[in-house]
This record gives sequence, structure tokens and C-alpha cells, in this order.
Amino acid sequence: MVPPATFTSYYGRPVLKASPWKDDIPAYLFLGGLAAGSSLLGAGADLTHRPRLRQSSRVAALAAISASMAALVHDLGKPSRFVNMLRVAKPSSPMSMGTWLLTAYGPMVGLAGVAELAPGRLGRLLAPLARPAGLVAALTAPAVASYTAVLLADTATPAWHEAYRELPFVFVGSAAAAAGGLGMLASPVAESGPAQRLAIGGALLELGMERRMERSMGLAAEALHEGKPGRLWRTAERLTALGAVTALGARRSRVLGVLSGAALLTGSACTRFAIFEAGQESARDPRYTVVPQRERVDARQG
Amino acid sequence: MTTNPALDAGWVDPPPRQGFFTDTSICIGCKACEVACKQWNDVPDDGMQLLGSSYDNTGALSGSTWRHVAFIEQPVPAVSLGMPKIGLPGQQSGAERTDFRWLMSSDVCKHCTHAACLDVCPTGSLFRTEFGTVVVQEDICNGCGYCVPACPFGVIDKRVGEGVKNEGIAQKCTLCYDRLHDGLTPACAQACPTQSIQFGDLDELRERAAARVEALHDSGVPSARLYGESPDDGVGGLGAFFLLLDEPEVYGLPPDPVVTTRELPQMWKKAGLAAATLLAGAIAVFAGGT
Ligand code: SF4
Repeated sequence: MVPPATFTSYYGRPVLKASPWKDDIPAYLFLGGLAAGSSLLGAGADLTHRPRLRQSSRVAALAAISASMAALVHDLGKPSRFVNMLRVAKPSSPMSMGTWLLTAYGPMVGLAGVAELAPGRLGRLLAPLARPAGLVAALTAPAVASYTAVLLADTATPAWHEAYRELPFVFVGSAAAAAGGLGMLASPVAESGPAQRLAIGGALLELGMERRMERSMGLAAEALHEGKPGRLWRTAERLTALGAVTALGARRSRVLGVLSGAALLTGSACTRFAIFEAGQESARDPRYTVVPQRERVDARQG
Repeated sequence: MTTNPALDAGWVDPPPRQGFFTDTSICIGCKACEVACKQWNDVPDDGMQLLGSSYDNTGALSGSTWRHVAFIEQPVPAVSLGMPKIGLPGQQSGAERTDFRWLMSSDVCKHCTHAACLDVCPTGSLFRTEFGTVVVQEDICNGCGYCVPACPFGVIDKRVGEGVKNEGIAQKCTLCYDRLHDGLTPACAQACPTQSIQFGDLDELRERAAARVEALHDSGVPSARLYGESPDDGVGGLGAFFLLLDEPEVYGLPPDPVVTTRELPQMWKKAGLAAATLLAGAIAVFAGGT
């Protein structure tokens, strides 16, 4: 397909409005994914008697979900009105669904995480609650990791909307890679097997789905390849691939595990920022709006 | 078949759907609509810049601009009147002489039949009125900004400006909800001196618009076309639709807008599959030994 050389716009101005969201939102996407993956690792480690992996994963999930909630609230125009999110439950609004999901997930992560950290009496009091809380968190975690793809895709922003078929898989892959990476970083070699496998599997899923996504997005894929988002996208790809390869040696060498974890965490963050920025750019440039829509109209008119 | 979005939203026995028909062929670019809107709705000043785009120094719709008059200067082939050419006889001027035309159009929120802004709003601040219009309840909006990238027309935006009224809250045209309650015409339509902005029952406006296009075609303006009048388009038709003299993108309008939530069921399905994949993967990595 040869894209039309020219298109018409109103003084080159955007047709759409880019989201008013700042870095808080891609940071939230990354941290939410990290928390979700860590909750899964934490629950699995708990059930398979890997106390160090369990502990580090539960604490990581708690830290990540707390930071991501702070980022979400900070991004509001009226942070004091955050509770207005709880007035309604609207299936047509992924943000509403996400808020309810986090309302169920967050406290469970909190319980499991605090149980690991609390000393003395409080620790003993919470101990019996930690496993059920951790399991409920793990069962809601996959949705926490994937709904954020719908959050972005359910907009008119070309590079987000056109990615809707593969974006949830990219996001869960990215979440698994980040959480697995952190698991390798924070737990001893003797316990890090599941983290290693999650990291490699997540990275492969992410990388594979990204290639598919680039092909199915049409013109909007160009937003992922140019300028700042393009640089982030290429960095993410390299770090994720590097992290996956390095992870193969993580069971023999702690150093390799740490390096792999760092690469995967940074790669996952770069993926989220690249996709976020590509969307913003695709909304600001009228080409991404006008060209595909004009093609649709012309095709209909024959 | 015209749907009434007010009925779909649960209003019992609503009044007829109200809307705008903006006939750009008779717009004279006076911006009375912009001024009347600002004044009636107490919309704050958002600065004045010289944008170098003909007489348009407003730029675009925003949280503090609810009507925006676009000005397009277009070259059109000069009509030869058989008059003597300018310059010395026999001299070649090089450039061919062209004439130009001015297109002017007052843009506004489209009050979509299927409104993405309203669909994605997580607080219920955006709602469907009994008149079928889409309005922000400013005391409920928490400024999440989700409606902004959701709108396929780039209409709604969070209001910016240090200390202005409703700073950080999503704002847009209300089709003068307050005036409608009192049986008044919205401020812009009331102020428009040429009736380029017409207000009324949407069904009636659609009939009027169809007749107007036909009249323009008959009088030698084949480029006249309606935009957003059809309930079969990607947003179910616009509550505020237009008569244009060129392609929509010339005016900064999307040629084929689609409400993003049309694909939402597939999106949730994909997200569900992805979540299941992650859960299965997590189980597998623990099943796999050491
Ligand atoms: S034009 Fe945009 S802001 Fe207006 S009703 Fe449609 S989606 Fe909402």
C-alpha cells in the first residue's frame, strides 16, 4: 500500500486532542504491571515454599501498587475528588472498571505485603491472613495487568486505538518480564527459578506480540518508529531481548540474574513510555487521523 | 430510523432531541457566536495570539473555547471575464492569475448520538440530558482527562489557566442547557446574524438541511454537502451537524469519525484472553520444577 503523498488539514493543526496525561500515566502502566506480576510470583512462591521469593514479591507488589496509586491520583485535575470514581460502575469506561479492580486488588496486596513487613504481634496477627489475601490478589492481578491496554485503546488516539488487538498481550508480557526480572534481582538463586521462567516467557510474549502489533496497526505504527517514542521503542526492544538472553544464565550466576533483572525492568518501563508517547504524537499529527479516514471514505465511495 | 439518545439514557417521555444545524455557506465570519458563548457561559479569557491563519486567532475548540470560527482561504481558478490583463501588452507575467474563496465555519461540540466522552467518563460527570445533548457536571468531574483523547473530534478539554473558574475540569459546549430549560435559543444561535447557526428539533433541522443542499446544488454549488446528519455514520449521527462546501478535513473535521467504544467488546475480549494467558503462564512457571 502506497500512502497518499499529501493530505489536507486545517493549517496542519491536530484534529484530535492528545490526552492531558503526563508521565504519571505511563509510570502507572509500568508499576501496575510490575505489581500484578509480583503478586502472581508471591502467591506461587507461597504455595511452593519459596519464602525469600514470596517475601520479596509481596513487598515489591505493595511498593509498586502504592506508587502507582499515588501517580494516578496525582494526575487528576482535582485530586481531592478521586472518590468520585466510586459513584458509579460503568462497563463502558475502562477507567471506571479499573478503579473497581484496583479497589479489590489493592487492599489484598496491602495485607499480604504488610504481613511480610510488620514486626512482632502485628506480624503474627496478620500471618494467617497473608495467604488468602495473596491468593485473591494473584487471581485479580492478571486483569490489573491487562485492563490498562483497554484503557489506552478505548480512545480516538490512533496509535492506541489501532493497537487494541495485541496491546493487552504486550502489556501482560511486559508485566511478566518486569516482575520476573525483579524476582531474579531480589531473591537468591536457589529460589529464583520461577522468576527466571516468568521473565523469559514474558519477554518472548512481549517481543512477539509487538511485531504482530506493528503489522496490524496500519499507518499508526509509524508513530512507534519516529522521534522520541521511536528511540524509546528501540531501547525497550533491545533491553528486553538482552534481559531474556541474560536470564538464561541467572540460575548459575547471581550477577547475570541481577543484570537481566535490571535490563528487563528498564525495558518494561521503556515499552510503556514508548507506547504512551507514540499515542500522544499520533493525536497531535493530523496525518494519523485524516489519512486512514480519508482512505475509508474513498473506498466506500468506490 | 432516528434513535433518541435521551430515551436510551433512561429519560421518560423526553422532549424532542435538540440540536444545531450550522450552514457554513452563509457564515460571514463575524465571530458573534464565539463572543456570545463566552459571555453567556462565563467562559474565561484564554489569551489572544496572532496565529497567522487568516482571521482565525482562536485556533481550536478547548476547555475555554466552545465555539470556534474557522477561516480557510482557498485559491480557485479565476473566472475569465474577458477583461484586459494587467501589465504591458504582450508582457508575460509568468504566474497564472487565480482568484480565491473564503470558507468560514463555526465549529462546536457535536453532541454525538454515541458520545465517546460520555461512555468513558468514570465518574458519571458527563451525562445525557433530556434534550439528547451531552453535558459535563462540573461539580462531579475530577479532572481525570479520559474524555479528552476519547472524543473523535478533539472537542472536549481540561480547562487550563492559573486560578480560573473550573481549572483542571473537563469543559465544553452545553448547548446552553440552562437556556434550553427556559425555552430560550442557545446564545450562539441567538447571536448569529445570518442564521448560519440554526437551533431546533433535530428532525426538523435535518429536513431543512436536506432542502438547503438541494437548493445549493440547483443554484450551481455542487460542492455543498452535509456532515454528520446521517444516523448511519460511525457516531450514530451528530446532534450538531454541518453543511460544508469542501471536504471535512479542510475545516479540521475528521472525514470518517468512529466512536471508539464501538470496538470495546472486542477490546475486553482480548484483554480477558491476555489475562488468562498471564495466569496460565504464572501457574506453568511454578509447575516447572526448581
Ligand atoms: S463531539 Fe466530542 S465532546 Fe462532543 S459529544 Fe461528541 S465525543 Fe463528546
